[in-house]
Amino acid sequence: MARMKFLCDAERCIECNGCVTACKQEHDVPWGVNRRRVVTINDGVPGERSISVACMHCSDAPCMAVCPVDCFYKSEEGVVLHDKDLCIGCGYCFYACPFGAPQFPQAGAFGVRGKMDKCTFCSGGPEPNNSAAEFKKYGRNRLAEGKLPACAEMCATKALLAGDGDVLADIYRERVTMRGKGAEVWGWGTAYGPPGAKPAAPAGAKS
Amino acid sequence: MIRTIATAAVGAVIAFGLAGCGERPQVIEYKQGKYQGKADTQPYDSATFKGDKAEWERVIKNRNQNQNEYKRTS
Repeated sequence: MARMKFLCDAERCIECNGCVTACKQEHDVPWGVNRRRVVTINDGVPGERSISVACMHCSDAPCMAVCPVDCFYKSEEGVVLHDKDLCIGCGYCFYACPFGAPQFPQAGAFGVRGKMDKCTFCSGGPEPNNSAAEFKKYGRNRLAEGKLPACAEMCATKALLAGDGDVLADIYRERVTMRGKGAEVWGWGTAYGPPGAKPAAPAGAKS
Repeated sequence: MIRTIATAAVGAVIAFGLAGCGERPQVIEYKQGKYQGKADTQPYDSATFKGDKAEWERVIKNRNQNQNEYKRTS
């Protein structure tokens, strides 16, 4: 099996935040921690695009490189995971990550930064698979149940894909070939017409 | 006497001026750290798959194709 990857199709994402909600619910993520979020470029402007972002499970992960206690590891499937027992919550990984994936829950009465929490590709962490300890620290381990990440499987428009990188590339290629290219096939142009087009006058309207 | 002092002074100035030339490179050589935490189990070492990697890969592959609506509708 190749490396596990996420792929978000900006032509399809409708900014419903279903992926964010699915992730929160699936892993019982604490308030203030967002393992996944939807980012919109040119919000409110015709032609805006949204994309769902979480840990991208980098091949050469900068978080792994900067961690002073070396608590990161990469699973056989290429998923970047970390050991919360070792994490000191220093926040270096947050500065290093270009996607803002590492999150820090507030721990204690004075807003002390807790141990880092991030997307696990729904594959838990270094605890026995599907154990209570694993769920408490890292969330549910769906990969060990033969399932893919909840965010992608919940995506209504299938904008967000998750799984074997080669398979995703094939799915995406087939999709783009079938639909053509650009917004005229799927997206803003289809719904509202090309940019600059005059809105159609309603029937019977006075000019 | 004056000549000796002058020579010594010039020598000292030259030595001081060239002192910077002996600077060593200050770029740190980066070495990748090694994971220090607990070992993790494989996803197929679960109650569902009982260590059967081939079966796990087959299930994940099928699940992957569920995201392809062109296959689902045909």
